[in-house]
Amino acid sequence: MSATIGTPLLLTYAALACTLLSGAVSLLAVRRHPDFLHFGSFLFLFCSGAASIGAGGWALLANLTVTDRFQLGLPWLDWHLRIDPLSGFFLILLGTLVVAISLYGPSYTREFGRGAAAQPLPPLGVFTALFVLGMQMLLIADDALVFMIFWEMMSLAGYFLVVYQHQHAANRHAAFLYLLLAHVGALVILLSFGVLAAFGGGLTFDLMRAAKLSPLWATIAFGCAFAGFGTKSGMVPLHVWLPDAHPVAPSHISAMMSGAMIKMGIYGIVRVSYDLIGDVRWEWGMVVLIIGTASSLLGVLYALMQHDLKRLLAYHSIENIGIILMGLGLSMIFIGSGHKMLGTLGLVAALYHTINHALFKGLLFLGAGAVLYRTHAHDLDQMGGLIHRMPITAFLFLVGCVAISALPPFNGFVSEWLTFQTALQAPALSDGLLRTMIPIAAAMLALTGALAAACFVKAFGIAFLGKPRTRRVGRAREVPVGMLAGMGLLALLCLLLGVFPTTMIEAMAPITQLLVRESLPAATAQGWLWLTPISPQVASYSAPFVLVAIILVFGLGYLFLKRGAEPTRRADAWDCGFGHLTQRMQYTSTAFSQPIRRVFRGVWKVEEHVETLADAGSIPRVTSLHYSVHTHDWAWLRCYQPIGRMVLAAANRIGFIQTGNIHTYLKFSFVTLLVFLWIVS
Amino acid sequence: MDSQLIAWILAAAQGLLFIAAAPLLAGWLQRVKCHLQNRAAPSVWQPYRNLRKLMGKRMVLAENASWLFRATPYIVFGATLLAAAVVPLVAVHLPTAAIADMIVLVAFFALARFFTALAGLDIGTAFGGMGASREMMVAALAEPAMLMAVFTLSMTANTTNLSVATEYLLHAGLVLRPSFLFALLALAMVAVAESSRVPVDNPATHLELTMLHEAMILEYGGRHLALIEWASQIKLMIYSVFIVDLYFPLGIATDFSAASLAIGVVAVTAKLMLLAVLLVVWETVLAKMRLFRVPQFLGFAFMLSLLGMLTHVVLETGI
Repeated sequence: MSATIGTPLLLTYAALACTLLSGAVSLLAVRRHPDFLHFGSFLFLFCSGAASIGAGGWALLANLTVTDRFQLGLPWLDWHLRIDPLSGFFLILLGTLVVAISLYGPSYTREFGRGAAAQPLPPLGVFTALFVLGMQMLLIADDALVFMIFWEMMSLAGYFLVVYQHQHAANRHAAFLYLLLAHVGALVILLSFGVLAAFGGGLTFDLMRAAKLSPLWATIAFGCAFAGFGTKSGMVPLHVWLPDAHPVAPSHISAMMSGAMIKMGIYGIVRVSYDLIGDVRWEWGMVVLIIGTASSLLGVLYALMQHDLKRLLAYHSIENIGIILMGLGLSMIFIGSGHKMLGTLGLVAALYHTINHALFKGLLFLGAGAVLYRTHAHDLDQMGGLIHRMPITAFLFLVGCVAISALPPFNGFVSEWLTFQTALQAPALSDGLLRTMIPIAAAMLALTGALAAACFVKAFGIAFLGKPRTRRVGRAREVPVGMLAGMGLLALLCLLLGVFPTTMIEAMAPITQLLVRESLPAATAQGWLWLTPISPQVASYSAPFVLVAIILVFGLGYLFLKRGAEPTRRADAWDCGFGHLTQRMQYTSTAFSQPIRRVFRGVWKVEEHVETLADAGSIPRVTSLHYSVHTHDWAWLRCYQPIGRMVLAAANRIGFIQTGNIHTYLKFSFVTLLVFLWIVS
Repeated sequence: MDSQLIAWILAAAQGLLFIAAAPLLAGWLQRVKCHLQNRAAPSVWQPYRNLRKLMGKRMVLAENASWLFRATPYIVFGATLLAAAVVPLVAVHLPTAAIADMIVLVAFFALARFFTALAGLDIGTAFGGMGASREMMVAALAEPAMLMAVFTLSMTANTTNLSVATEYLLHAGLVLRPSFLFALLALAMVAVAESSRVPVDNPATHLELTMLHEAMILEYGGRHLALIEWASQIKLMIYSVFIVDLYFPLGIATDFSAASLAIGVVAVTAKLMLLAVLLVVWETVLAKMRLFRVPQFLGFAFMLSLLGMLTHVVLETGI
């Protein structure tokens, strides 16, 4: 089948061409024309993002599925491409982030070319383009070969982006860990495709869909895919690479990684389990739900202990992937037990949260980048008072904080509410264990939400409110307009998706039609104003009302209270009568999270360091005291480090065969060859 | 169309009644408490006088206060108002009840708290940070317990809409459900914590170090403080009505005739007055807990609601 003119797939090709051009411009405009690079490269990236949104939106809204076929590479292995509503949805997500970073990027990357630690810019542009290209292609891949090629391209380009500022040892370490886990993940995904291909008799997804798998093999294929894609998504306990890799990449790349790349893992899970295997079982849902709950709770608890802003955000990605997985798990449980409508609700909740997380996490990483751009501060405890110096950035970052803390009327709340509503339908199930487990998982989700709010009060409050803690932060200025535009776009979308959930859910109907042959007519039956996922009697939520009411209170307050009142006077803050408050008396991020650290002790390995300096007078007197806390991840200490040690020990054991003598090596090769020949014959 | 209009007017009237009556409840509470503790009691109208005084004051802001500090009182009041619009005070079936269900109600309070905590950090003093940090810790533990109790209820009534749930319970009559008793206890404990009452917090304290909620709003004055205080009075009333509605729905109006509305008003007044007396006894008998005992208190509430849910699953679903 070949594509006809004017299909969304052609628009996707245009997007791919733009991405390639963006990379080419970066490569060609070496050194001589840095401005050309800044604008040309990002201009093409912008076009690519816009075309992705167009193509994805077309496929999604018009409910189109278009396939295409190329003869590339090996003669008997054609490349199969296909765009359908599911890939369209993820293309929109990807395109939106690409558009946002292409607005943000030109000013932001300028910083890298400056100063003593100037970096060459072409690699950044080229690998950004390859990174985006990998994601665009894997979304439209319709056979395992193309999928894996571009999955690897995404992972490898990601590696070079993480290691971009390679002069810091921490970055190299983070990048290596990322590369290692990306490949372990890719291997497991390959195994999953292997099982599917063996039963289907070929590498194309069409053959895999048609394959009839026994429950055991289906479970094996699902398990491999879930582990592999979950590694990319950063689910617990395969998450250790994520909090290291995301913070050290340039901020717009962090936004892409957290917003888009880890969502490719979600795409993979949905594609393989709902589409390729097709026959979803409730036991898988149990596993996904448990891992999702663990990821969300541990993600947010670890995030609370961070004082590096970008690292904190990275841990929140783990939390949000957990929430998405909870939605998917619920969906699988319900579909596997024969409640298709409720399963659809869970799937919609998960996908809704996927795009929501892409928007607000992209926004937050870009905001963190803006702070970094002006203050060069990573650590929350060096910031403070930025709301006075960077008011628009502060406002946009606040929007992201409110959205990610799942507060109405923003988008994060809608998807969490839908997840809650799905969980509350647990009495429909006949299994007593499931009926008990699901509400407990929902309570854990409530705990996660409340802790996330605490964490973002900390992040925003310590970074943007109060008084500046260092002089450099006190002199910060607002960032250029392009960066604000990138953040503003995402903030606006956060609000729109929060206020018009019914429109969004209607638009998502083709995806659920494609995957489970069901949609949610009840959710939008009461008009655009009312979101009623099951029926108006069971639950309803009207986000437009909430927004209007809050605006109304503002307006009335202004009208009645402000009018005729005497002008406001400014005075010193309350200092208990002692006088002289300094910025060092403010709460720090470590202090803020101390009560929670104490309540949930045992979740982290906490190391406290107290350094005191006393002067040697006749009466010893402490002159300086330095207190710091480090929290370590148990997964790293108890799981990864022992494995690492075992690998090293094993390598030492077999090290004796490395004699350094070429004859020995030739002998080994010869023996190996003989053994293989013997096996083959 | 006419009945629609009447319903909306009634809903607005109920909302106004809610915000107008909230200071009265606080005044009544204060009066009973004073009587019980052998102190001279202020008039029940005293909270209104306080609000009027604060509204008329000239605004003084701390040097470092940003726009967020000034916007917070309005956001807090707006969110609390929305929550009040959802809770059936006198009648069920009002159209505003569909704006939000119980989960959204919890989220409205979370929104108000989020901004209050940020305002606490805005000035850059240690008290604000201390209040914000502690309040968020308490909230993080109270919210799951609250939602767990709500889930137990909503599983019985198969709805998270407060109005529909109230009506369901009204028609179900007096059936003794063990799960409800557990959930009621948990809900009461959470309500105490969330509306900053003894033993979790002390609304009357003037020692900065013992304050939670008050420490966050220490820097507020004038109309801002009036709005925040009013909002916290409304919040207390919402929790009271919430408990009263769900567990003793008797008397609430199910149609919009004048007689049933009048009965509804009388019934809810009597029930709230009684509940306030219970709260006062509770506050007089107990002392404020140390901060790090609070997690145990709320953990107990969570366990109670979990028990309630388990009893629901084990005992009550076979029916």
